[in-house]
Amino acid sequence: MTSLGRLSWDSIPLHEPIVMVTAGVLFVVLLGTGATILFKGWLPYLWREWITSVDHKRIGVMYCLLALVMLIRGFADALMMRSHQAMAVGTGKGFLPPDHYDQIFSAHGTIMIFFVAMPFMIGLMNFAVPLQLGVRDVAFPTLNSVSFWLTATGVLLINTSLVVGEFARTGWLVYPPLSERAFSPGVGVDYYLWALQISGAGTLLGGINLVTTILKMRAPGMRYTRMPIFCWTALASNLLIVAAFPILTATLTMLTLDRYLGFHFFTNEAGGNQMLFVNLIWAWGHPEVYILVLPAFGIFSEIIATFSGKPLFGYRSMVLATLAICVLSFMVWLHHFFTMGAGADVNGVFGVMTMIIAVPTGVKVFNWLFTMYGGRLRFEVPMLWAVAFIPTFVVGGMTGVLLAVPPADFVLHNSVFLVAHFHNVIIGGVLFAAFAGYSYWFPKAFGFRLHDGWGKAAAVLWVSGFYLAFMPLYALGLMGMTRRLQHYDNPAWQPWLVAAWLGALLILGGIASLAMQLYVSVRERRSLVDESGDPWDGRTLEWATRSPPPPWNFARLPQVEGRDALALMKRGEAEKAPDPLEPIEMPRNSAYGFVGAFFTYLTGFALVWHIWWLVVLGMLAGFATTLWIAWHQPGVQEIGVDELRALEPAA
Amino acid sequence: MSGEIADPRHEGDEGARSDPPGHGEGGPAPKQVTVAFGFWIFLLSDIIMFSGLFAAYAVLAPNTAGGPEGSELFELRLVFVETLCLLLSSFTCGVMSIMAVKQRAGATYLWGALTALLGLSFLAIELYELTHLIAEGAAPTRSAFLSALFTLVGAHGLHVAAGLVWLTVMMGQVATLGFTEAVERRLLCFGLYWHALDIVWVALFTVVYLYGVMG
Repeated sequence: MTSLGRLSWDSIPLHEPIVMVTAGVLFVVLLGTGATILFKGWLPYLWREWITSVDHKRIGVMYCLLALVMLIRGFADALMMRSHQAMAVGTGKGFLPPDHYDQIFSAHGTIMIFFVAMPFMIGLMNFAVPLQLGVRDVAFPTLNSVSFWLTATGVLLINTSLVVGEFARTGWLVYPPLSERAFSPGVGVDYYLWALQISGAGTLLGGINLVTTILKMRAPGMRYTRMPIFCWTALASNLLIVAAFPILTATLTMLTLDRYLGFHFFTNEAGGNQMLFVNLIWAWGHPEVYILVLPAFGIFSEIIATFSGKPLFGYRSMVLATLAICVLSFMVWLHHFFTMGAGADVNGVFGVMTMIIAVPTGVKVFNWLFTMYGGRLRFEVPMLWAVAFIPTFVVGGMTGVLLAVPPADFVLHNSVFLVAHFHNVIIGGVLFAAFAGYSYWFPKAFGFRLHDGWGKAAAVLWVSGFYLAFMPLYALGLMGMTRRLQHYDNPAWQPWLVAAWLGALLILGGIASLAMQLYVSVRERRSLVDESGDPWDGRTLEWATRSPPPPWNFARLPQVEGRDALALMKRGEAEKAPDPLEPIEMPRNSAYGFVGAFFTYLTGFALVWHIWWLVVLGMLAGFATTLWIAWHQPGVQEIGVDELRALEPAA
Repeated sequence: MSGEIADPRHEGDEGARSDPPGHGEGGPAPKQVTVAFGFWIFLLSDIIMFSGLFAAYAVLAPNTAGGPEGSELFELRLVFVETLCLLLSSFTCGVMSIMAVKQRAGATYLWGALTALLGLSFLAIELYELTHLIAEGAAPTRSAFLSALFTLVGAHGLHVAAGLVWLTVMMGQVATLGFTEAVERRLLCFGLYWHALDIVWVALFTVVYLYGVMG
């Protein structure tokens, strides 16, 4: 062993042309971006306004940007798999060797869940929740920056695995014993473990932050029953983060100990129990599904109410349904492995519990329909996503109930029917919500709207692409095709897989439209500008301030008189003499998140490659940074009344 | 004592609003409340992390793979002394918190030092116990039971060690920064943390050692 641990020149996969070309393109893009930033002198601006920002809106935007970039990476993996499977039949070999194919499906799942869906939802919550609550920031602004940069560290680590070393070949949940040292001796699983531990810590801290914000930081008069529904779903989602992510931490720690120190938690020898891992990982994993989809429900609720010009139908039942799902989500984990053989009684209980979740979810669907019923509907882009979501999610939900029947599950377990089901709910639910929320809140974040035509094109291509890509997988699953196949011999499957490949191409068009939309919108931002701060005739407080909002969000904290606070104000039912302006205290920028994350990255990389001196160095540097910040807190900056009046003439 | 300290929950409350801040009617809660509340949430999440380790221990405890069992290994007298150290340290930590609220630096150092001493004794005994086990051939690599045992006990021990580092840093903060609002908040959080470790230890003592010697 050298001073670089397991790291050597052989770790760079020079023999894999696909990887090398991708890495080359990536380097060119990164170098180009870096050079542009340096030569145009943007670095001080970026450092001041974004990298060290503790403003929840900026951090929210950075989360969403991170998710969009990683969506491209995750989708590239998906397109490769679809293309490969469309040809790898009989004598056809496809173009991906098994070793590489296994890394791709593992990376695709890991990236899409942890680094696309999660940051997208967290970003939208981070951006919108404090605005909706009518407050100036989250409870712990500096911690918020730390959370984001830890997530970014995880992203960087997992992308490092593309070029230096390899990624796990074990699937996105690294089931042992395959993920144990004996069967996965390389660094792939270690990259997975450390990337997830680091970003998971960030997610947990973010969850604590938002729970505290929602429970302790609300505008005067904002009782629980007056909170916008998105804040309720965000509360439920972040409570789940706080309750579920520590289980992931514990589980991954055990696997890490097995791999690094030769412990026997999940090994085949010495009494290890691999089903313990599967139980624990799904005790986190099933709530994780709801961590993603509950805020999605919230986004759709806001959008459907706004574009129907009506208050949300059944607000209280929506809140109750949200909290019911929040609790039930912890009681169904075993349905991910009915085939473990726990016996008919145990499987029966978990099957019934799973089906019960359909009840509060059904309540939500009817609430959305009744909100639209009799409303003045406007089919703007966010509403298009919402309208596409409802039937799509109902189909995904129903196949879920089908899988919840244990005997049916024994037939469908690990088939592509399951793959179709969870893509059905995660694309149709979470991703559509992410795009809906992105187009809904974009004008609030930047002061101009996104281009309409490209937005509609993206919605049409994504929705049709989704159906074409995943409906065939339901059929294939029933025909007996299992998931994660690098090669198959049944020619009857091929036409369906070619159809699915065409669907993936349509989705590619959808992603291209999204990129085009962003480009065109930025170019034509003058004509798309929104002066009002309320482009959609909104009902909640984020539309009560200008766009983009000032760093303090509201010059005066709004006084909340009822549900849909802004709609009440617009109707003149909340007319009140304005309070006098008061000085505002704003937190100062902090480089702690970025610098701390840099040392965390070094430590994580060193742990993956067993470079022990660097592990110690990275940890010491991180600790020293923490000590430094403990003595040099940036503190707050006061903005006086005169200054405020000059900056906000409308106030 | 309550007369000396203004109740932080009513800071900034002009009396015009009947509901205290943070409850909906009164607007955002003051910093001291949000910090303590947030730290409570963190502690709950930490306890859930331990619950994962406890669950693993409960499942793997019978899997000794022909190696030593708990009843052959555990020395209750030693663990009793260990427990006394930790529980006493919680008392001294509580006194330290009171002294910190009263802003008496000398007394804060004294009780902080006692807390650290008791914490160190706890760790020393634990370290002795674990190295002793390894020397006896009951290393964590021997069986799934021992893996789970070392991880559970070790995770608690690491928390105690981290707490000692934190305590030392806090004493340095009191010495250099004085009892500022930020330092007071951190001392409050440290107190919560230290007591939470006691709660975990009580569960650990029961589940691991008491059940263990029963065989």
